[in-house]
Amino acid sequence: MRYEAPTTVKGAVKLLAGKAGLARVLAGGTDLLVQMRTDRVAPDLIVDVKRIAGMRRIEAKAGGFRIGAAVSGAELGEHKGMRKAWPGVVEAACLIGSTQVQGRATLAGNLCNASPAADSVPALIAAGAAVVVVGPRGRRTVPVEQIPVGPGRTSLKRGELVEAILLPKRPPRSGDAYLRFIPRSEMDIAVVGAGVSLTLDRQGVCSAARVALGAVAERVIRVPEAEAALIGTKVDGEALERMAASCSAACRPIDDKRGTREFRIKVAGVLARRAAAIALKRARGK
Amino acid sequence: MPLDAKFDPATHHFRLVGTRPLRPDGYDKVVGRARFGADASAPGMLVGRILRSPHPHARIRAIDTARAAKLPGVKAIVTRDDFKDGDPSLKDVLVNVMARDKALYDGHAVAAVAATSASVARKALKLIRVDYEILPHVTDVDEAMKPGAPILHGDMRTENIEPAPKKASNVASRCEFGHGDPEQGFKQADVVIERRFKTEATHQGYIEPHACLASVGSDGQGELWVCTQGHYMVRNTCAALVGMDVSKLRVTASEIGGGFGGKTTVFIEPVALALSRKAGKPVKLVMSREEVFRASGPTSSASMTVKIGVTRHGRITGAHADIRFQGGAFAGSPIELGAMSAFACYDLEHVKAVGWDVVTNRPKQAAYRAPGAPMVAFAVESVLDELAHKIGMDPVELRLKNTAKEGTRSSYGPKYNRIGLAACLEAARRHPHYEAPLGPNQGRGIAAGFWFNFGGQTCVSLNVNIDGTVALAVGTPDIGGSRASMCMMAAEELGIEYDKVRAIVADTSSLGYNDISEGSRVTFSTGLATIAAARDAIGKLCARAAKIWGIAPEAVVWENGRARPAGPNAGDFAPLSLAEIAKTAAKTGGPIAGHHEVNADGAGVSFAVHLCDAEVDPETGRVTIKRYTVVQDAGKAIHPSYVEGQFQGGAAQGIGWALNEEYVYGRDGRLQNPGFLDYRIPVASDLPMIDTVIVEVPNPGHPYGVRGVGETSIVPPLAAIDKAKAGKKRR
Amino acid sequence: MVRVTTRINGDEVTFVCEPDETLLDVLRDRLNLTGAKEGCGTGDCGACSVTLDGRVVCSCLVLGAEAEGRQVGTVEGIARNGKLHPLQEKFLEFAALQCGVCTPGFLVAAKALLERNPDPTEAEIRFGLAGNLCRCTGYDKIVRAVQAAAAAMRKG
Repeated sequence: MRYEAPTTVKGAVKLLAGKAGLARVLAGGTDLLVQMRTDRVAPDLIVDVKRIAGMRRIEAKAGGFRIGAAVSGAELGEHKGMRKAWPGVVEAACLIGSTQVQGRATLAGNLCNASPAADSVPALIAAGAAVVVVGPRGRRTVPVEQIPVGPGRTSLKRGELVEAILLPKRPPRSGDAYLRFIPRSEMDIAVVGAGVSLTLDRQGVCSAARVALGAVAERVIRVPEAEAALIGTKVDGEALERMAASCSAACRPIDDKRGTREFRIKVAGVLARRAAAIALKRARGK
Repeated sequence: MPLDAKFDPATHHFRLVGTRPLRPDGYDKVVGRARFGADASAPGMLVGRILRSPHPHARIRAIDTARAAKLPGVKAIVTRDDFKDGDPSLKDVLVNVMARDKALYDGHAVAAVAATSASVARKALKLIRVDYEILPHVTDVDEAMKPGAPILHGDMRTENIEPAPKKASNVASRCEFGHGDPEQGFKQADVVIERRFKTEATHQGYIEPHACLASVGSDGQGELWVCTQGHYMVRNTCAALVGMDVSKLRVTASEIGGGFGGKTTVFIEPVALALSRKAGKPVKLVMSREEVFRASGPTSSASMTVKIGVTRHGRITGAHADIRFQGGAFAGSPIELGAMSAFACYDLEHVKAVGWDVVTNRPKQAAYRAPGAPMVAFAVESVLDELAHKIGMDPVELRLKNTAKEGTRSSYGPKYNRIGLAACLEAARRHPHYEAPLGPNQGRGIAAGFWFNFGGQTCVSLNVNIDGTVALAVGTPDIGGSRASMCMMAAEELGIEYDKVRAIVADTSSLGYNDISEGSRVTFSTGLATIAAARDAIGKLCARAAKIWGIAPEAVVWENGRARPAGPNAGDFAPLSLAEIAKTAAKTGGPIAGHHEVNADGAGVSFAVHLCDAEVDPETGRVTIKRYTVVQDAGKAIHPSYVEGQFQGGAAQGIGWALNEEYVYGRDGRLQNPGFLDYRIPVASDLPMIDTVIVEVPNPGHPYGVRGVGETSIVPPLAAIDKAKAGKKRR
Repeated sequence: MVRVTTRINGDEVTFVCEPDETLLDVLRDRLNLTGAKEGCGTGDCGACSVTLDGRVVCSCLVLGAEAEGRQVGTVEGIARNGKLHPLQEKFLEFAALQCGVCTPGFLVAAKALLERNPDPTEAEIRFGLAGNLCRCTGYDKIVRAVQAAAAAMRKG
């Protein structure tokens, strides 16, 4: 195995696209090193992107934010602008693992690991985030939901890597939130996760909403029916119940060691409802 | 050496016992200097790795190591062929250490290599070809007992049933304890409740994986550095399994990073010795966390049926339990301890507990803190709680009405000496926690628990140094601060300062045999032997003083760390301190040392009562422990901080068991959660502060009244939490 | 093999390691700094905690090669000139360790916690240290020791 730590994006792309056999990007390493340790992956080349200056920064851009792919959860959590604009995204990122993991784990890594239970992904999808993908053929911008295609699989092509995550400008009177169910209070993989982002008009009627669920399908899913249940309402109890029911209906989970199918279906609705209530509060400026 | 009838530890003014000095091994442990199992190295050391079966049950047709042996850097490979059958009483241990004709569980060792680096060793394991014939498997205790279940051992016949069975079975044996006739008792009851319970296996979850460093020469002599609860056991077992003289194997116990019973047997140690002997070099063998979960001992999973009858007035008239434990692939689950402890808290006329020891395709269980008791207490205490509710009686009141006390014939046979259950129940009822208001979605549970506590073989040596300090050598690995307690007891007896005594855990060649640090026996047995060794040394110190003064040794007494003439008739001499006598030891007869060897008896049983408040999210079922109080009888707390630590640690493990810890096996018979990610032990944010109340009802079997405290604390939590979850208020 | 120059507890250190070797293995097996422990190897227990450029990380989830040019802090560097850090003193005083194998990780993590938050609430301590498993104590005495150390450090 080879270890390389290029200092430019171009250098990283060149390495990844080269004839190196199995290549893996190392950002925070909190998934990759575990997979190597447990013999699930044996890369021939590791490309450490943490020495690429542009990938270590959070930049305010066009009213939104550009988060470099090597920015850790802890750095994101300490960023005042992000905390104010997208608290749901920051909370989701900061739920991943321990303080120790937070010191390393990245949004981009969480996304590209393509776990259906990834905490930050429902929040990013709800927030309408996109990613900058860079590869041998240049850059493209892709909505977050198009990156994971199944457990452990992404739509990235050989030689491509995520350079940054783009958060849009936070619309006025909007709020986002992410909640998950875990049996302990920390350190677990989400049994269910729910991200909600919504916007109110001046009358307090919901004009836009995005709802995404984790750990209830082969990848994180967006739930248009749940969004429709909120839009046009004052996000009252009835609307929230309809949204919760839509979320439960959209689930196609499996039974596994972390939870049963029935439990996930039920709790997906509960969490989405609670997350929407928090998002609503935030949208109302509370 | 029992409690002196004229000595009351409750009123005696101890100088050191009951205070909280810093532990002697503490400094090393906060600066990173303490050496644990994996922290040792040796020149020319090789790295050992073990190949494990991915199948829960398979016949091993052949093992081909030829390709692995050719890999550069591979220095030794061992398989079943390298371990000969020997002592029949160790056969299961041997087969567990290295599979013979069959792999009996997912994770069963089938081969091992020693290589120049970890990466070479890993590669070598991949080159070993094992030809498996996959067999049907069973991992559930009830399934394993059914006719037609896959049979693990063709020669296993259920013991202790009449007539002796002719057919092979997964039930190794039956046991029965109790007295009277429960059926008769149920007839006298106003309410009889029978319930069935199942609990999953849990793992001890020590943070330090098993680790050892073995070095065996072609001269047949060897050394072994190992994290273990009992290095003498390791020595004797390994010597037998690898064919060495006991005297030629010197075992040193490293600092131990948690054991809780799980380090009371051998797993990797004989393999490391065999590899080292074959390679002619030191071999370090360390389990990965995954190996710890797959191949070291979890506890038993259990299936239980409990039936109890009470009168309207709360008198238990009859109690019966039928208990089925699977203990993994070999006989030897703690079923007897489970059955014996089932009703040990209560004074009963009609009581019976029947136990069944069952084998399944799981790793061989190892002791885990009060082995067998927590799950049975869960069943019994749950039924009692339901009965209290049914007859409208306070659950503590119901227990008090039936509490075992001095003179009670226990449900497992012996009559109790002085015990502290009633005192614990009263203390729990008096505790502010008991009457504190509960919030919405909160409930309170209360449960009692019992543990036997062990004594056992113990040997202590106490050497008086030239400067008046004392070196204390004990042979029981320190699993929770016991060296501090030993220094306190020695200093208390000798009348010197605490920090003048330094305790070490001696290696197997430096001190006589000691049983394992298990059964909450160390502070009791090693403490008892330490006190006796100190008294032995005092006798010798007095004799030296007598010699100096030219009077009879009987005319000298030891007081406040000094020898002085017993009375005016003995003569008028200025008292001599320990340091003064030590300084001139060479002139008065040579080194001064105290010794004690004992097979300690009289370990007093310990009882506890736990109170738990839990809050349940009504929509998700998620449970949060809001408040927790442990009340337990310590007999006499030597170092109260470490007594509290045992109470809190046991409670936390019980909370983990009750809420989130379990072995999850897939249909394929493989363990689904062999890691701390999905085997979910409590984290700091899962728990509240854990209040403790130390009750002290002196144990008549110890000179200071000490009872073991380590295990009882894991017994009540399962029932206490379950009741709190159910939202049951006290009444 | 990769050649790496880094600073460990303030001192410059150069080592060679395999490209896939973790920082934990480098510290323990190549530099004989065995204070950091391997409890799991997968970032779930925190026994291998060290700081990397001031942030607490699991050294089992860091490659040795990544340490190039960085600052690594281990438990061996917490006491200064033979004087114990208040956290070390309070861990001893409060009996916050039983077996002691998780202690190095807790000390490294707690020190980093208090550097960022000198006056944490009980909940902040518990959540901040949730990545450090202790199987012996039930955390009660650990949390109290951290609270006491924080108070002592605020007093100076």
